[in-house]
Amino acid sequence: MTKWGPFEITRRGLLWGGVTAAGGSVIAASGSSVAQSDHLADHLADHSAHTAASPLPGHGSAHGAMITVGEVDETRNGFETAKLLTEWDTGTVSRLPDGRVLRTFEVEGVDKEIEIAPGIMFPAWTYNGRVPGPSLRATEGDRLRIVFRNLGSHPHSMHFHGIHAARMDGVPGAGLIDPGDEFVYEFDARPFGCHLYHCHALPLKRHIQKGMYGLFVIDPDPERHPELTDIARSRLLGAPENAEWQEFAMVMNGFDTNFDNENEVYAVNTVAHAYMKRPIRIVRDRPVRIYLANVVEFDPINSFHLHGNFFDYFDQGTTLTPTLKTVDLITQCQAQRGIIEFSFKDHEPGLYMFHPHQSEFTELGWSGMFDVVEAIA
Amino acid sequence: MNEVSRIAAADPVVHRARKSRAALLWLILPMAALGLAIVWLVAANPLSRFGNGAPPVETLTFERTILSDDGIRVLVRAGGSQPMTIAQVQVDDAYWQFTQDPPGPISRGSTAWIHLPFPWVLGEAHAINIVTNTGATFEHQIAVAVPKPAHNATSLLSQALLGVLVGLVPVAIGMTFYPALRGVGRDGMDFLLSLTVGLLAFLLVDATQEAFELAGEAAAIFQGQAMVWLAAAASFLLLMAVGRRQGAPSGLALATFIALGIGLHNLGEGLAIGAAFATGAAGLGSFLVLGFMAHNITEGIGISAPLLKKRPALWAFAALALLAGGPAVVGLWIGSLAYAPQWSALALSVGAGAILQVMVEVAAYLMRSDGRGTTALLAPATVAGLTTGVAFMYGTAMLVKV
Repeated sequence: MTKWGPFEITRRGLLWGGVTAAGGSVIAASGSSVAQSDHLADHLADHSAHTAASPLPGHGSAHGAMITVGEVDETRNGFETAKLLTEWDTGTVSRLPDGRVLRTFEVEGVDKEIEIAPGIMFPAWTYNGRVPGPSLRATEGDRLRIVFRNLGSHPHSMHFHGIHAARMDGVPGAGLIDPGDEFVYEFDARPFGCHLYHCHALPLKRHIQKGMYGLFVIDPDPERHPELTDIARSRLLGAPENAEWQEFAMVMNGFDTNFDNENEVYAVNTVAHAYMKRPIRIVRDRPVRIYLANVVEFDPINSFHLHGNFFDYFDQGTTLTPTLKTVDLITQCQAQRGIIEFSFKDHEPGLYMFHPHQSEFTELGWSGMFDVVEAIA
Repeated sequence: MNEVSRIAAADPVVHRARKSRAALLWLILPMAALGLAIVWLVAANPLSRFGNGAPPVETLTFERTILSDDGIRVLVRAGGSQPMTIAQVQVDDAYWQFTQDPPGPISRGSTAWIHLPFPWVLGEAHAINIVTNTGATFEHQIAVAVPKPAHNATSLLSQALLGVLVGLVPVAIGMTFYPALRGVGRDGMDFLLSLTVGLLAFLLVDATQEAFELAGEAAAIFQGQAMVWLAAAASFLLLMAVGRRQGAPSGLALATFIALGIGLHNLGEGLAIGAAFATGAAGLGSFLVLGFMAHNITEGIGISAPLLKKRPALWAFAALALLAGGPAVVGLWIGSLAYAPQWSALALSVGAGAILQVMVEVAAYLMRSDGRGTTALLAPATVAGLTTGVAFMYGTAMLVKV
């Protein structure tokens, strides 16, 4: 087909024009074809030079200029993405008459505008003013008492993924409360694993994607697992065997900022590219454990992919042996969660990326880096 | 009242001075009242009770898109109820680094350039999605990514060539029918004049429709629909007034008006074609150029129709061809250099007004040329000419519509 500079376009249904072009182009082509095709060649040459020669500074350079511009004001948000990783709410511990541990959590539903990507404000509904809500952590067999006060503008609830009575389910008629009201959810911490809680007010999609969700981790009680005590102890927060683990809480979420039932921003722990711009420091020879949950709405599946390494995966965290061994990618449907364990002890230090392998989510903000170092000063 | 009239009778000069002072006072008073109302609105904010907590209304219009070696540039115009802040920009569903010039919030009606160092792909489609601080999104499709033509002598020349091919050449070719048409009788004359009206009718519909389409793409602040109506009406009335200063136009004057109307239409067409190439929204095969040429040949016949009973000099034909076809060249240049839908809509609606004026004048000429009045309009030859004109234009337009 005769090329005629930028005018030779096939996409727009001008194929039929091209058929006659061979015969008829003489009329028009004479004066312009040379100049324009030269220009095109110049453009292409310049273009490849440009993309190769302009790496941008900072960690974002791994993906060229594909990153959000600016910084999120974390002080105004009231929560820091760096701290969301490691902050666990273990509640207030007391003893019941029978000697069992009673763990009491206090959670408030609050309307709050948060910055989810630099400059983009989102009118969120939150637990305790943060998205995701507090990462609640208990031990298998504890008696749990969660005092929930709704200070928001809509009815809300806390629906726990766990074993409990229908009365405590956090659905309409069972712990779904109006603004200004208070409800106490009470049940035993079981089964051990990596779970979550979220608002179960209707419409569910809206209440979840507005920010009402959080991790609910139940550590295994080593005494109940005599055959795998060491593993159980490594999972038990506060145990010496747990101390060497570098544990991180990660909630994969998304935000539909224009309410068209599609997410404009994806992230892990709310702020787009937060761990891309400030990578997560990990010490090379200490193991890493990630409590990962997917609460993205509108997209059925999310995933987690680690660069340069493989990991073991415990689906829902309810087993002490991996449900998937030696993988570098796991998928989670909505509300699915699990525990990821890996180590960089045989690696050289450096930046190792992690992101979902839905490229669209990665490119819309959900990606991060592990900065593997010899030691943390 | 009596007193006033007595004073007036006594001293007309003083009275006039007083009267003008009173008039001045009556000018100042309403202005002062308006000023006070504005001050009160701003200071006391009595409308605050209408504030329902809803986010501000935001609109963003993409006026230009330029693809070049260093990425993509788009010119956006804000039209919100408050200054708008662009927070992030996505290209093909990926956040991309960008710079804004001038930076900061864009106030209502203002424009800003957004530059994205994006490695776009030749010939493929891209979508730009601007996310504001409220989370609202504004999307713009780049249907086919092509580099903005370089602006140098060669590119301007090749655009001029294209303009000449689709504008000037067909008009000139149409005019070469002149000697052959000179011998026609009354029916032939009726046919040719009504053929002209028919082709103009097609152009009128076409130009108006396109003007409204472009007006719809323009920022709301320009009130595109109203602008099209008003510009067309104004150009129609103005040209009618000018044309009728020395009686109803005929002969060379009428031919000139026809050429002017067609020229304005071609200017608008040129703007649209130039812009389409600059943004890669359309391609052009040689077949398309041929189509444009066939489409525009009737314009030459139309322009020469009122001259059949005269013997104008050759230069007059050259000038008429230039007036009718030349603007296509100018339009292409402007369209590819600087383009905004509102200006193309304006050019097309001015052209539509001009075409309507020419239709009226040609019909009037047809009616009075041999004193038959309105019966001439219903003569078989007239109806046949009208139908042929519209049908020919419609048929040849099939070649150029994509």
